[in-house]
Amino acid sequence: MILVTVGMQLGFDRLIRAMDALAPQLGMPVVAQTGNGTFRPLNMDIRDRIAPDEFEALAGQARLVVSHAGIGTVLTAQRCGTPVVLMPRRAGRREHRNDHQLATVKALEGRPGIFVAMDETHLPERIEQGLALIEWSPGRSGTAENLVASVAQFVETGRL
Amino acid sequence: MLAVASGGGHWEQLMMLRPAFAAHDIRYATTDPAVAQRHGIEGAAILPDCNQHTPIKALACALAAMLLVLRIRPHVVISTGAAPGFLCILAGRLVGARTLFVDSIANADELSLCGRLSKRLAHTCLTQWEHLAGDAGPSYRGALL
Repeated sequence: MILVTVGMQLGFDRLIRAMDALAPQLGMPVVAQTGNGTFRPLNMDIRDRIAPDEFEALAGQARLVVSHAGIGTVLTAQRCGTPVVLMPRRAGRREHRNDHQLATVKALEGRPGIFVAMDETHLPERIEQGLALIEWSPGRSGTAENLVASVAQFVETGRL
Repeated sequence: MLAVASGGGHWEQLMMLRPAFAAHDIRYATTDPAVAQRHGIEGAAILPDCNQHTPIKALACALAAMLLVLRIRPHVVISTGAAPGFLCILAGRLVGARTLFVDSIANADELSLCGRLSKRLAHTCLTQWEHLAGDAGPSYRGALL
């Protein structure tokens, strides 16, 4: 099963359209969380919204997550050990308020389990790469502990 | 203390910071009741969602943030964003709380709007990208991804 998601805030018709066109060739069920999108897919199991519990369960069961470039989805996919293909929303297409998703994908590209499709034309190739990924584990941030410790220090003392 | 994050990636990052709050009397606030439940948090305050392009919702959120802060009187307010979290930081300042804003790991090229405002209006602002840190803030102490 492949899980497609556009996040909790805005629709992302460009991604949903592209995945709907690809779904018949993928050889497995595709579940798509479409949010506030207007395009109605024909070839995917559609959900407007998926509750966090269920989303986590689906992400764990999925062979692959295909998503807008939202950090929530990246963190969930990595936590579940599921590869993720990210397609950034573009401000120029009014898919988001700014282009920070572009910055996000450029910064995360190449990390274990993270694939970037800059636009829908790259989706088929990235999906194939994601599905082919077998022996892998998510990278661990070497600095996360330090960040948590600094925040703890702030809570204790009011200073970093 | 009060820890605030909008549902989604901001909340996921706040949850990764949870060990930092462990020993403290903590209240959470978010925009989506379901995300708090997912992490086993009871009694999270729910704030109206808003952003810079929704001024009326922002006003409603600012009011809700102020009422929340006046009710619980936190000594520390921490947020990983977005706007509702920032508004809680502003409210926190008004009751004398120490305030910390942690900019999302998503903002790899530049600080978010709330991050930029927090540089001046929160006591401390953190970025998760070292190249974005500066003498006048924000500071860098590591990244969650």
